Amino acid sequence: MRGSLIIVSFFVAGLLAARWGLLPDELIENDFSMYALYSLMFLVGMSIGNDTKALTALKGQHIKILLVPLATILGTLAGCALVSLVLPGRSLTDCLAIGSGFGYYSLSSVFITEYKGAELGTLALTANIIREIITLLGAPLLVCWFGKLAPICAGGATTMDTTLPVITRFSGKEFVVVAVFHGFVVDFSVPFLVTFFAGW
Amino acid sequence: MLKIVGIMLFGMMVGYTFRKHNLRWIQKAIMVAIWLLLFLLGIAVGLNDGIMNNLDTIGWQALVLAVAATGGSVVLAWVVYRYWFTSK
Repeated sequence: MRGSLIIVSFFVAGLLAARWGLLPDELIENDFSMYALYSLMFLVGMSIGNDTKALTALKGQHIKILLVPLATILGTLAGCALVSLVLPGRSLTDCLAIGSGFGYYSLSSVFITEYKGAELGTLALTANIIREIITLLGAPLLVCWFGKLAPICAGGATTMDTTLPVITRFSGKEFVVVAVFHGFVVDFSVPFLVTFFAGW
Repeated sequence: MLKIVGIMLFGMMVGYTFRKHNLRWIQKAIMVAIWLLLFLLGIAVGLNDGIMNNLDTIGWQALVLAVAATGGSVVLAWVVYRYWFTSK
């Protein structure tokens, strides 16, 4: 939660600095964000390649564990496709790109900003932060209504870090391995799915 | 788009090559890059009056999308849990 607050405060700081005209012209005229994004993607790739924890966790697990990230991805895309019909001014691919953030709001909003502009980027940032908050606060209710996998699927890409504590608490310790593996797979899918739908 | 994915795959190969080393600094570097990019996104939004005047619309649309995305996931989570994760 503290990490989310720090991230949001950077966004708000940029917004206020721009509103109050505190920025030097060079910063506004030059678009550094593409280079920052390239560096970010390289680093994200490195961290995935370097981390063999998820593969180790998979040993001794039943193949059915693969169904959990699949449920998250398909369920999210179905839900977003459905509401794209009622949201004014948002196309199917806009909604699918935003949904493909799976709660990984920092990365998805940055991508969507680059491909679709700042407005959709802001929508992606907000929607995916709300998803993380729903998971953090709603985990006990989700377990009640939809079973012990529900907080894992709701948490999306965040289930190996920020939402892992609430999952451990409300789904139980036996679901920690599922949550870590699920977070890894969904996390990995974010850059592919977001760029796919945003570039469509 | 292909460029981005290509850069990420290259990063993965580099990361895998150094898998015996503990690359703790990567997580910190990722955080810094994300802070920078969100600061820049904040600037882009602040300079754009069209977005600033529409923040309320963006807010409720974000809520609708978040609920739909989470809702779709948990419904399928229930199906998977019910049929594959509970012993009858």
